[in-house]
Amino acid sequence: MRLPPQPGEVIDRHAPLSFSWNGRVYPAFDGDTIASALAAAGVRVFSRSLKYHRKRGLLTADAHDPGCLVQVGDEPNVPAAARHVADGMVVTAQAVWPSLRFDVKAANQLLAPALSAGFYYKTFMRPRWAWPHYERVLRRFAPGGRVPDPASAAPGDASHARYEHRHAHPDVLVVGGGPAGMTAALAAAAAGADVMLVDDQPQLGGHLRWTSAAPGRAELDRLRVAVATGAIETLTQAVVLGHYEGGLVAIVQRGRPADHEGGVPGRARNGHPDVEETLIKARPKQLILAPGLIERPYVVGGNDLPGVMLSTAVRRLINEYAVRPGERAVVLTANDDGRAATDDLERAGVDVAAVLDTRAGVGIRRIRGRGGVRSVECSDSRVIECDLVVTATGWTAPTGLVTMAGGSAAYRPDAARFVPTDLPEGVYATGGLVGDGTLDKLIAHAGAVGRRAADAIRAADGHTPLPDLAPSPHPALFAGPTDGFVDLAEDVTAHDLRTAVAEGYDSIELTKRYTTVTMGRPQGKLEAMNAIAIVAEATGCDIAGTGTTTARPPYVPVSLGALAGPNHHPVRHSPMHDWHVAHDAVPLVAGQWIRPDSYLVDGRPDPAGEVLAVRHAVGIIDVTPLGKFELRGPDVPDLLEFLYVNKWRKLAVGQVRYGVMCADDGVVFDDGVTGRLGEDRYLLTATSSGADAVGEWIERWLQTEHRRWRVHAIPMTDAYASINVAGPRSRELVNRLASDIDMSNEAFGYMRVRIGTVAGVSDCVVWRIGFTGELSYELHVPSGHGLAVWHALLEAGADLGVRPFGVEAQRILRLEKGHIIVGQDTDGLTGAYSAGLEWAIKLDKADFIGKPELSWQRLGDGAPELVGMQSVDPLAVPVEGCQLVADGGRIVGRVTSSRFSPTLGRAISMGFVDAELSRPGTVVAARSPDGRRVHLTVQPQLAHVDPEGARLHG
Amino acid sequence: MIMLPCPRCGERDAAEFGYIGERVARPDVDATTPQEWRAHLYTRRNPAGWADELWLHRAGCGRYLAVSRNTMTGEIGVCRSVADETL
Repeated sequence: MRLPPQPGEVIDRHAPLSFSWNGRVYPAFDGDTIASALAAAGVRVFSRSLKYHRKRGLLTADAHDPGCLVQVGDEPNVPAAARHVADGMVVTAQAVWPSLRFDVKAANQLLAPALSAGFYYKTFMRPRWAWPHYERVLRRFAPGGRVPDPASAAPGDASHARYEHRHAHPDVLVVGGGPAGMTAALAAAAAGADVMLVDDQPQLGGHLRWTSAAPGRAELDRLRVAVATGAIETLTQAVVLGHYEGGLVAIVQRGRPADHEGGVPGRARNGHPDVEETLIKARPKQLILAPGLIERPYVVGGNDLPGVMLSTAVRRLINEYAVRPGERAVVLTANDDGRAATDDLERAGVDVAAVLDTRAGVGIRRIRGRGGVRSVECSDSRVIECDLVVTATGWTAPTGLVTMAGGSAAYRPDAARFVPTDLPEGVYATGGLVGDGTLDKLIAHAGAVGRRAADAIRAADGHTPLPDLAPSPHPALFAGPTDGFVDLAEDVTAHDLRTAVAEGYDSIELTKRYTTVTMGRPQGKLEAMNAIAIVAEATGCDIAGTGTTTARPPYVPVSLGALAGPNHHPVRHSPMHDWHVAHDAVPLVAGQWIRPDSYLVDGRPDPAGEVLAVRHAVGIIDVTPLGKFELRGPDVPDLLEFLYVNKWRKLAVGQVRYGVMCADDGVVFDDGVTGRLGEDRYLLTATSSGADAVGEWIERWLQTEHRRWRVHAIPMTDAYASINVAGPRSRELVNRLASDIDMSNEAFGYMRVRIGTVAGVSDCVVWRIGFTGELSYELHVPSGHGLAVWHALLEAGADLGVRPFGVEAQRILRLEKGHIIVGQDTDGLTGAYSAGLEWAIKLDKADFIGKPELSWQRLGDGAPELVGMQSVDPLAVPVEGCQLVADGGRIVGRVTSSRFSPTLGRAISMGFVDAELSRPGTVVAARSPDGRRVHLTVQPQLAHVDPEGARLHG
Repeated sequence: MIMLPCPRCGERDAAEFGYIGERVARPDVDATTPQEWRAHLYTRRNPAGWADELWLHRAGCGRYLAVSRNTMTGEIGVCRSVADETL
């Protein structure tokens, strides 16, 4: 029932919204949470419990409420008491069938004796073979909502939302925006510190938000104004997840805030409106913990019935959301907060039938009802009819951050709660976490703490004295005389805990794991104290001796999106990319690069046609992603000798050479050609995929082992657009454009490099190499002119039959020629000798990377060998990567590359075979994943086309 | 999370750096034995305490850094560019 306007309400009655709950439309106001809007409409049941599928309603009416997780659109497990209503929001109950009101799985309650502590450790164990069947049935009982199917997610769904990361370096981070946190932040800022203040609610204020008392509200207004006008960065709807090594504090802040501030000054900086959540990695110099206290539930029979609420929950509903939480209430109290709740209830028109003050010796024996509170059976045997039971039985101090930051928590039996002790340097605690007292007393302590933190930064020795602040005496009241739920999220009762202790699980950490108490969503914030008290009682140990379970981050569940952060997938395009797109290139994602795999002809990819164009006329391919480094300096030959397994000292100006790099373990690392452009100037190329690693590799040796070498290695990959012109007519084509280069075979032979003008572009590097096995020239053109040269080649070569070709055609061409691709035909274990590179390895050089291992590799025998193979059935292409088997199914190698060769009209492949099977003519079988076998004959050499290399040299 | 005081860029989050490994001296390639060489390749001290490490400021200045780091406390002792060390 919605009440008339309340002094502290956070709803905007001028901004009505509507949303749906289980298919029915409900009204709400801007500022309402899902739970407050539904409660205002009289909804009392929000979910079914985990094990017994009991009806559950609001208990805490905040983010920790175990009874109100709902599905919002495609987002599961949303805390309905913390998520604001948005217009048109679709909210449904989770894991109920057929409906929230009538859920067949509630039959589990009848099985309660069998579902007691550790039931899943005891049942479903035998027979073992039946487990998959058990599993299938149990799956249907799994709690939680529906995880979105990424395939069907639409824009606007949570799975499409934007998540951001941010780093922050405040001097002082204040956790908790109640009166103490605000005061500490103000004091630190006044002393010159750069302060960040974090609170999980949409508005600052802590417990003052739900106070109706005039002095409290006045103080709240004063503090909010001061914070808003002070030099403080305030983050609301932001939760500190944990404290990590090196003082890192992770904070997650919800964006899409409820903008409504109810006219309250102190508008805080909420998250970015377009961002679902932001993960803030803060590294404060000083950390002030002022998280306040969490009210704990009371364990008694029927304590999970909808209608049983904490005193803070009813005060939130009445004062913040103007919702009357029930009609007739019984209040159980062990402190003065029960009195304040009673006042609020009466003001809200709730008939308070009885206030049971445990300090006067009365309590609750049992709460009765089915699906909701009907009556309370008091300890003096009175039965009072009611629909609301409000409990104010004590407080839990959230000491998780204290212990994560390196401090400890000590139990104070007189106050029935833990308090922080042994705080490490730079970490402070204030507010309710430390002690109780009047608002003035809390504020005095917090102000002193804020000044201390600021002083510590300025290394000022003015040591501010801390006024006393200690917890007030409080009855140690945890559980009543009947069995109730300790953990409402996991459906664990006091009886379960006692059973676990009786079975020998008598340490709190064991009891926890055996019963799953404190392992649900609230992670102990609500239930840990009660669990410890019950275990302590059952073991005969005291609470201090029983100890606590370990608090670990994250403090609240965090979405994977927030952890993953923004979707940064840098994409690299060559200068010719737009041309490729305009000419129907099939895109190939190669690392960060998008490359043409082939070009569509009549709507179909035609790599075979592209291969034949290269073999019979001329083709051009964009090879810009090739890793390129310009090496400058007098000691480049020393570097090259060291990096590669082959020799470089005799490389003359104008020559290029193919080189193979190994790592120090003798495994092939990269390959490519390097040309000497001038006396002290070289251009080194690396594989497209290895470009970054090679760059770091070169720098590593130059910066560490060989600092005396005078070499600069300049990354040039993006500075040059690279085009390979391949085919028997490539010379003719390049000759038409290379105005100042003598292209004749005599003047510009195989493995030579020239610098000249191509299509009017000067300073182009042109080298004659042959990855495709054809006469070919690779042009490295200043990247700004790449597209112009590409156009010029196509235009000038039109009558020669020039055709662009893609990566797939290049892969076929090089396989026909028997050239390896590092990473395709080699892997992380392939030694250079195995890969058939013995011709390149020069062990008579001085030191080079991998030398010792290669010298031992050479002596060893029996290593698999890389060979060329052809299918016995010329049309049968073995699956790339499949195993080679000999008689009896023994694995004797693998296929590393295989294609249908358009040039030869047959299937060809390359792969590793055991040494004894590497003789030409040997037949081995490739076993496809479907079990089929393709028989392959080992060839005398890797090359299938032009093994003599006549085409390269012509 | 580790923070490294890069001598060129200032204090930065470890996410900007690549961890290369413990710093190990490369044996003389012409005199080494398989045992010694493979110990160099694969065996690391992995100390519980102070370790001498090589890091790369990949998203920063590109320098290889000699870092001494206490693996127990997370303390950083030395962090300097290897290239700036005296030869």
